[in-house]
Amino acid sequence: MWDIPLFPEQASTIAGRVDNVFFVLMAITVFFTVLIGGLVVFFAIRYRKGSTADRSHAFSTNLKLEAAWIGIPLVIVLGIFAMGTQVFVEMFIPPKDATPIYVVGKQWMWKVQHPQGRSEINEIHLPLGRPVRLIMTSQDVIHSFYIPAFRMKQDVLPGRLTSEWFQPSKVGRYHLFCAEYCGTEHSKMGGWATVMEPSAFQKWLKGAPDGAGGGSSDASPSMATTGARLFEKYHCTGCHGVNSEFKAPKLDGVYGGQVPIMAANGKDVEFVTADDRYIRDSILLPKSQVVAGYEPVMPPYKDVLKEEELLQIMEYIKSIGRKEGVR
Amino acid sequence: MSVAEETQARPRGGIATSVFPSQNYLTSETTVKSWLLTTDHKRIGILYMISITFFFFIGGAAATIMRMELATPRGDLLRSDLYNRMFTLHGVVMVFFFMVPSIPAVLGNFLLPMQIGARDLAFPRINLLSWYIYMVGGLFTLAAILWGGVDTGWTFYTPYSSMYSNSNVLLAATGVFVVGFSSILTGLNFIVTVHKMRAPGMTWFRMPLFVWAQYATSIIMILGTPVLAITIVLLALERVMRVGIFDPALGGDPILFQHLFWFYSHPAVYIMIIPGFGVINEIIPCFSRRKIFGYRFMAVAMMAIAILGFLVWGHHMFVSGQSMYAGIVFSIISFMIGIPTAIKVFNWTTTLYKGSISADTPMLYALGYIGLFLIGGLTGLVLATLAVDVHLHDTYFVVAHFHYIMVGGTVMAYLGGVHFWWPKITGRMYPELFGKLSALLVFVGFNLTFFPQFVLGYLGMPRRYHEYPAEFGTLNVLSSAGASILALGYVLPLVYLLLSLKFGKIAGPNPWGATGLEWQTPSPPTKHNFEETPIVTEDPYEYEIQEGPSV
Repeated sequence: MWDIPLFPEQASTIAGRVDNVFFVLMAITVFFTVLIGGLVVFFAIRYRKGSTADRSHAFSTNLKLEAAWIGIPLVIVLGIFAMGTQVFVEMFIPPKDATPIYVVGKQWMWKVQHPQGRSEINEIHLPLGRPVRLIMTSQDVIHSFYIPAFRMKQDVLPGRLTSEWFQPSKVGRYHLFCAEYCGTEHSKMGGWATVMEPSAFQKWLKGAPDGAGGGSSDASPSMATTGARLFEKYHCTGCHGVNSEFKAPKLDGVYGGQVPIMAANGKDVEFVTADDRYIRDSILLPKSQVVAGYEPVMPPYKDVLKEEELLQIMEYIKSIGRKEGVR
Repeated sequence: MSVAEETQARPRGGIATSVFPSQNYLTSETTVKSWLLTTDHKRIGILYMISITFFFFIGGAAATIMRMELATPRGDLLRSDLYNRMFTLHGVVMVFFFMVPSIPAVLGNFLLPMQIGARDLAFPRINLLSWYIYMVGGLFTLAAILWGGVDTGWTFYTPYSSMYSNSNVLLAATGVFVVGFSSILTGLNFIVTVHKMRAPGMTWFRMPLFVWAQYATSIIMILGTPVLAITIVLLALERVMRVGIFDPALGGDPILFQHLFWFYSHPAVYIMIIPGFGVINEIIPCFSRRKIFGYRFMAVAMMAIAILGFLVWGHHMFVSGQSMYAGIVFSIISFMIGIPTAIKVFNWTTTLYKGSISADTPMLYALGYIGLFLIGGLTGLVLATLAVDVHLHDTYFVVAHFHYIMVGGTVMAYLGGVHFWWPKITGRMYPELFGKLSALLVFVGFNLTFFPQFVLGYLGMPRRYHEYPAEFGTLNVLSSAGASILALGYVLPLVYLLLSLKFGKIAGPNPWGATGLEWQTPSPPTKHNFEETPIVTEDPYEYEIQEGPSV
């Protein structure tokens, strides 16, 4: 009954830094609460009606005082802003060598798929000490992927990719929640994040149990392999394949590079980076960004592919893309 | 000896004596029709008071049921669908049908004309219309509840609300759409009245700060509320006609809804807060017997908050998928809005310095307000801090923060204001002992309810959760226990204020010895407020500074 938790565990590299900013904020909050609260109580007693306290030279305007309580809070809030923003920028920009893991949210479960092939539901297994980048989308409404012990949260949107990254710093099992209200079973849409030693994680990826009830399964083919199969199944090879008769851009080495596309005016050519979003948009709505020199003949795959299949095909295209990391 | 007893003998202003005036706005006509077709701003204020009290207790009942459910980690009292309907009901009713109209439509309606020396608002019939529109909106919302409820949360986020929810979204949204027009009409009425109907000598910087507060609020109402109406229309278009606006499956953008929604709903936070500032600005000088410190700064600060309030909506969306740079811009503007807010708190505190302070019920509410609003404001800085908000967004920390602002702030101010002006509105005093007890119960119950939620939030408990992990249990029990004290604190005034209508002591025109034109009228005021138009010759809050001990 009395073992009330008062502070969450720190299990990512950023957690301690977020907490430090929070402690500064708490110090400021406590200081001003005590100062103002104390003054209110002190004045209410000392200057209570009928008390003998000296009330001479009372004033009701004082520019210096007003300037002080514009100036002092201004300096304080600018300081907090700078601290919070610095850490926020780090939270926003992932390191280039971060391992991708794919997440699909749907009412009311999280489907997680590792590029190596293993997938899980309402669980996410993570290696200790390695930066991980989640690439996330939703199949229906807005969800939010939240692991309090990592101090990380990002909304997961339908029709769009969002991402969040972190580097687990402590082995253990931590709560995984959906933080954005998503309907009937919102409060059940969650589970566990399990941080493992890298060697144990590698074994787990190949199908070993996690020792914490995570279950075991046979090793499944990697996402890229599955994606390659889907690439054939949906007849993508008919045009994009090496020996195809139709004229369509070849996809080897595309991911991560610059792609020339026709500008909206239909005359100029502009370059865009072939990142996750570009690949996704080009599959779903190909006419939105046509590669210069090609006819807009590809049919849209919106409403054809499931979110998970889309991610697998993307992983395949990435696997034949450039080898250096891109965001 | 309380202020009330002492000044009973020597009423300020000298217009009326301390006997109950035989002809006043309550007794001039007594038929039901005379109430339902009244154009008297005071009677319309009373109509609003009755209506919002009704909705307050509906919203409060929903909160009570939620806290009962949350007393245990498992969802054992309600099914999750019903729980989701409860928090939606609580939010929709409390925000749109209690908080937004509370101080402006009740106290503002009653007092604003009197405080500037006018006989009524500029458009008395539009004022009555605004109440009818409010009631029609209320009926839609009640119908949505009785028909089976709504489960989207008061924020109506898409595409859940437009494409996925199976509940009465349209009916409830129509209620919110309709009630918005009553805000717009009230705001319009106040702005015109303040510009055109001030008594001779009532210059802008002689207006009581309560009037400044209503004026600042009115500007937000007429600029912000139409955006909410437009947003609801777009939501309805998508839900009914499948026009792709917000749902990506139809080609829309769900984040667009959040931008539009918060463009109104963040300023709406200030619609709910600024009128509370106005009330506190009146109570503290009166019970300190001091001119308010930094009058002009106080007036300008409220206007600054009203305007800056339109530029910070993106701080609700730091983890929504909005760009990093947008987050940074919205963060710094949100910090800036802390400055005028800080000015107000510092100035209230300084007003107490060298005052002559008596702790009557309204003053207890006002002092409690400063403490709770202070914590609410400082935790607002915590949430404006980008890195920390990533962790705290959509957790109970946010729930605690905005309840400290809305309930600890505005509801305290509203109750303080009701107790302060009750003698003016009804001509009767309430039992002071019960008044003090209610202020104490509300303060203690409130802190017990919401302080543990700050801890729960930092631990990571998400909001809108029907079930939660067992380790959060003890803090939730504390919170639910506090809620029962808080509920008692809210029911108590309902009982003794109603009883005071029959058994209360006659108040006299100015029981608190307060400045302000409203106190120069009899209590209750006559139908047209003033026998002849008052001429204003001095600044507001000209309380005599007390030198040394009083006898």
